[in-house]
Amino acid sequence: MQNLGIDVLFKGSNMMRLLGGLWVSLRISLIAVFFSVILGVPLGILMSRNSRIIRAITRLYLEIVRIMPQMVLLFIVFFGTTRVFGWNLDAEVASVIVFSFWGCAEMSDLVRGALISIPKHQYESAKALGMNSFAVFFFIILPQTIRRLLPLSINLVTRMIKTTSLVMMIGVVEVLKVGQQIIEANRTSSPNAAFGVYGTVFLLYFIGCWPISMLSKYLEKKWKND
Amino acid sequence: MSKKEEIIRVDHITKRYDENAVLDDFSLSVHEGEVVVIVGPSGCGKSTILRIMNGLEPIQKGEVTYRGEKVDGKLGSITRIREKVGMVFQSYELFPHKTILQNVMLAPLLVQKRDRKEVKEEALQLLARVGLSEKKNAYPRQLSGGQKQRVAIVRALAMHPEVLLFDEVTAALDPEMVREVLDVLLSLAKEGKTMVIVTHEMSFAKAVADRVIFLDGGHLEEEGTASEFFDHPKTERAKQFLHTFTYDKVEREEER
Ligand SMILES: Nc1ncnc2c1ncn2[C@@H]1O[C@H](COP(=O)(O)OP(=O)(O)OP(=O)(O)O)[C@@H](O)[C@H]1O
Ligand SMILES: [Mg+2]
Repeated sequence: MQNLGIDVLFKGSNMMRLLGGLWVSLRISLIAVFFSVILGVPLGILMSRNSRIIRAITRLYLEIVRIMPQMVLLFIVFFGTTRVFGWNLDAEVASVIVFSFWGCAEMSDLVRGALISIPKHQYESAKALGMNSFAVFFFIILPQTIRRLLPLSINLVTRMIKTTSLVMMIGVVEVLKVGQQIIEANRTSSPNAAFGVYGTVFLLYFIGCWPISMLSKYLEKKWKND
Repeated sequence: MSKKEEIIRVDHITKRYDENAVLDDFSLSVHEGEVVVIVGPSGCGKSTILRIMNGLEPIQKGEVTYRGEKVDGKLGSITRIREKVGMVFQSYELFPHKTILQNVMLAPLLVQKRDRKEVKEEALQLLARVGLSEKKNAYPRQLSGGQKQRVAIVRALAMHPEVLLFDEVTAALDPEMVREVLDVLLSLAKEGKTMVIVTHEMSFAKAVADRVIFLDGGHLEEEGTASEFFDHPKTERAKQFLHTFTYDKVEREEER
């Protein structure tokens, strides 16, 4: 055990601290996912209507989010706003803002893609049966959209959880940062701690993301031919 | 014809896409119990007529009425009219997330708010009629094209429509499935259902039609009973059109 460096986790409250760090990561991603869905779904619906102006603006937004590394966004929001606007933004709040900004873009694009992939004839057959627009949307279009959307958005959630490891760069003490602190603190007593601690962090990420990823695979298979 | 009540009236309509007039001053009336077949070359506006009759396309001039009531996709009354004017499309669009039985029952329950037990009983009867009882719990993707199209017909029938509009319902089917679908239409015609049928199947058209409308370039080119039109077409265009469905025997130049 000594040479794997796992022993440090059982010293004091180290394991609890690591789990606490994991919770910080999950909390940031879950709050960001919440905002991404709340804002991304209506935005996606808006984007599926073809208005030139909306399309131009959202295209620009999507491109910015795609081109810009998340880290740069984090730095801009956290350090940039402090300097320019004099805001004293909490690092975790800054992280939630950046991740929501990113998630909302991706989510809206997924919603738009799912909506426009529903054939026109689905709307027309439903209308031809006497359904009003409300019924057409809620009973015919929405269920099919959700089926197409869910596996993809679950994939987005796991990507967001993984990417939260970046927030330690602006001083948020999340799971990876806690891991580093534990390793630093035990540098002399357990020089192999890096392996054990990072290995555990890996496992924690795995435990966090794997069930979500499995759920998405399962849904994808279940709805494949719909 | 005049003794039967007029159900749908298409009154001097003009339909344009951008600047192109697809239909120009076109009129048609459909009477109770009548089977009207619309034929014509591809792109002449046949589908457009049916879609207009169901309020799915706006028109620029003229008026369409269903029992005297204006048919307009933007009016609130359109859903009530569509309940009575059933439509089946070429590309059998069943709802993929619902079973066959749910596809058939959805609109009667949701739109007409009918009793579930009664709707289910009727849906099962209709499915049995087209030979698809055992598919009731299957999903559309598990059915062949011909089976899906029969379900689409049943789904329209379950609403108790007064008129049925069929837009080339066999055009997307493999030849061996065409018959099973056309047989359903023939049996509906025998029952005296009012129907407007667009088709490229000329022998079927001849068998089912009370009246044939020949459309060319957005105009009504010729109109008549099935035997008038198919056996003694009056216009040159109709003769040419019908000729495209016959083939002359190839005369080989014998080598000697
Ligand atoms: N959404 C649209 N925008 C522009 N033009 C259209 C549109 N829909 C149809 N048209 C044009 O209107 C004309 C009539 O189309 P329609 O679908 O009614 O023809 P059709 O007689 O049903 O042909 P087919 O036998 O090939 O189904 C065609 O020339 C077509 O190109
Ligand atoms: Mg057509």
